[in-house]
Amino acid sequence: MASVTYEHVYKRFGDVNAVADLSIEVADKEFLVFVGPSGCGKSTSLRMLAGLEEISEGNIYIGDRLVNDVPPKDRDIAMVFQSYALYPHMTVYDNMAFGLKLRKVPKQEIDRRVKEAAGILGIEHLLDRKPKQLSGGQRQRVAVGRAIVREPNVFLMDEPLSNLDAKLRVQARTEISKLHLRLGTTFIYVTHDQTEAMTMGTRIAVLKDGILQQLDTPQNLYDRPGNVFVAGFIGSPAMNFFEATLIQENGITYVDCKDFRVAVPEDRASTYKPYLGKEVVFGMRPEHIHDPDFPPPGITPALVPGKIEVTELMGNEVLTYFATDNHTFIGRFDPRTKVVIGTSKSATFDMSRMHLFDKQTEKAIR
Amino acid sequence: MDFLSKFRERSQTPMVRLLSLIARVLFAVAIPAIAFYVLYLGFLFLRDSEASRGTIALVAIVWGVGGVAILFWIFNSFVERMPAAWTARLQPFVFVGPAIAILTWYLTLPALRTFWISCFDRNGPPAGLSFVEQISSNSFVGLDNYVAVFTERLMLEAFRNNIMWVVFGSTLSVAFGLVFAVLADRSSYEKIAKSLIFLPMAISFVGASIIWNFIYEYRPAGQPQVGLLNSIVASFGGVPRAWPQWVEIIPWNNLFLIVIVIWLQAGFAMVLFSAALKGIPEELIEAGRIDGANEIQIFFNIMIPYIQGTIITVWTTIIIFTLKIFDVVWVMTGGQFGTHVIATQFYRQSFTAGNKGFGSAIAIVLLITVIPVMIYNLRQFGKQEAF
Repeated sequence: MASVTYEHVYKRFGDVNAVADLSIEVADKEFLVFVGPSGCGKSTSLRMLAGLEEISEGNIYIGDRLVNDVPPKDRDIAMVFQSYALYPHMTVYDNMAFGLKLRKVPKQEIDRRVKEAAGILGIEHLLDRKPKQLSGGQRQRVAVGRAIVREPNVFLMDEPLSNLDAKLRVQARTEISKLHLRLGTTFIYVTHDQTEAMTMGTRIAVLKDGILQQLDTPQNLYDRPGNVFVAGFIGSPAMNFFEATLIQENGITYVDCKDFRVAVPEDRASTYKPYLGKEVVFGMRPEHIHDPDFPPPGITPALVPGKIEVTELMGNEVLTYFATDNHTFIGRFDPRTKVVIGTSKSATFDMSRMHLFDKQTEKAIR
Repeated sequence: MDFLSKFRERSQTPMVRLLSLIARVLFAVAIPAIAFYVLYLGFLFLRDSEASRGTIALVAIVWGVGGVAILFWIFNSFVERMPAAWTARLQPFVFVGPAIAILTWYLTLPALRTFWISCFDRNGPPAGLSFVEQISSNSFVGLDNYVAVFTERLMLEAFRNNIMWVVFGSTLSVAFGLVFAVLADRSSYEKIAKSLIFLPMAISFVGASIIWNFIYEYRPAGQPQVGLLNSIVASFGGVPRAWPQWVEIIPWNNLFLIVIVIWLQAGFAMVLFSAALKGIPEELIEAGRIDGANEIQIFFNIMIPYIQGTIITVWTTIIIFTLKIFDVVWVMTGGQFGTHVIATQFYRQSFTAGNKGFGSAIAIVLLITVIPVMIYNLRQFGKQEAF
């Protein structure tokens, strides 16, 4: 068990900063997820911790130990790779035992640990097989098993579910979460999939272009995104953004989007006061845009007229694509809705869930 | 219904089988026969023509290639006009049949004939006699030649040397190839280093032998040594000598010849290993590092097993080379000084000593030795493709 600390870590490839000034403290037993689009530096961050990439600047600690120059094998970590990286010429048993054999663990102990891990993952019947004879899901379990038997201080996982089909991925997601609870070890997990990040992480680090955008719990990332990028990245379908100006008329503050304007709830007006007359980015998640015929209770409604362009029936909801003169946006409507493509209709914005960002800095206005 | 159609199929089988067998053999033999006849006509025509050499060459190429193509086209369209079932039965043989027929003519029959000759004394089977008369003639010695092959002193020496060739030649070529591949892979001069090591592959065995003759060149003591090896040895105060002819250390003087093949083949091995090593996924090596393996353990526990198929293929290919080795020995020593190998013995017996029967027996023994390695090698190729 150990904590992990990134201290002003940089990784440069030539002139390019793959990771810039990354500082994170991961507590013992935490499940931290690095998430971001491809090329954001999340894998590089993980690989620096694993010792597979050198650090250009800064320090990384595992527990209290500075590991900048410690080779991977002495860092007491285990890693699950995206491709699983199982040794093709070894059986499942040998794949799992390989790391222990190299560490000269006694035979009985190896046997005990491999069997125990195989039991946890339900792969006892596969121990004599070669990786080639396994399905994708089974290979993924073996890769996890190979990490478990090592009983490391920190588990590193680099997109371990991205080669699985959608259904298996959901199942494996919960299994890894369970495993984290059961082992009580620090997990550091890399993914590009915000759903995985939201469902598994105790905290999430959102990266973009090598820079940490926000480090927070899943709920906080969703409710209080720190900037436009995080707001747009977390949540699916993505948040709707409108370029707008903040104005005041008759003592009421409005978000003016040119072709429509919506009133800002009174409790927020004072926060936004410094931005009156300035250009801002107004954000509204699709799940907070409702069908006026089926408004949920307890919202602060504001009607926005528009034209319905496309609808996508999902069963439990209808994704409704609206267009106004200058904007398009998506609402997640109640499945009972009777929207018709091509007709004009209003959408109800729940203004109590509005987001407002500074247009220049793209940071949330709070 | 299904049962009925199956039944009908089966009831037709013997007749259909016979017919298709005849048709298949016919195609296999007729196509090359016609092709040869047409080519022969072309040859006669061109031989008597007065055209310029360039024109004759051009016509010959067009005639040869075009003629064969048209022949295949005619037979193929003929087969395609048949009922579908017959097209399926015969079409492969339009294309594969001629190849099999020609291979039989050029390879199988000569091999059988060599075996036949090997059952006779030095003059071979007496001409003009029937099969039975040949067997009952005095020239027929049965398997006596084979007994000689495995008992004659020079032959035993040749076998011993060939084993040395196979063991040292192939093993060291593979070992050096592997080491070069791994080192070149990590070097910043990778391309240059690999080109230099691969370069000898472009030299023929005879050419390489002549180059190494210069390296081993010997001048009596006191004179300046012009051979590379001897001048090095002399400069360190050693005794210069004609290394491959160093009879006191027989059989180890063979190693001076084997080095030449290693020099030639290590580059070949290196190129294939290098390609195989590059095929190892980086994540696999990284997994090994995280699992706690050092670079040597990664090499032996992960890299070598991963490229095992390539290693075996290269190894068996070089084994076949060294089993058949002839040129190097013939050029360097002519088989003297205890360096004979099977192939040089075969050549000496057949063509120098004029002992047809004995020479043929040696050839057959060599053939039989190579076949199992060949089969293993081909299987390995097949496996790799499946992998």
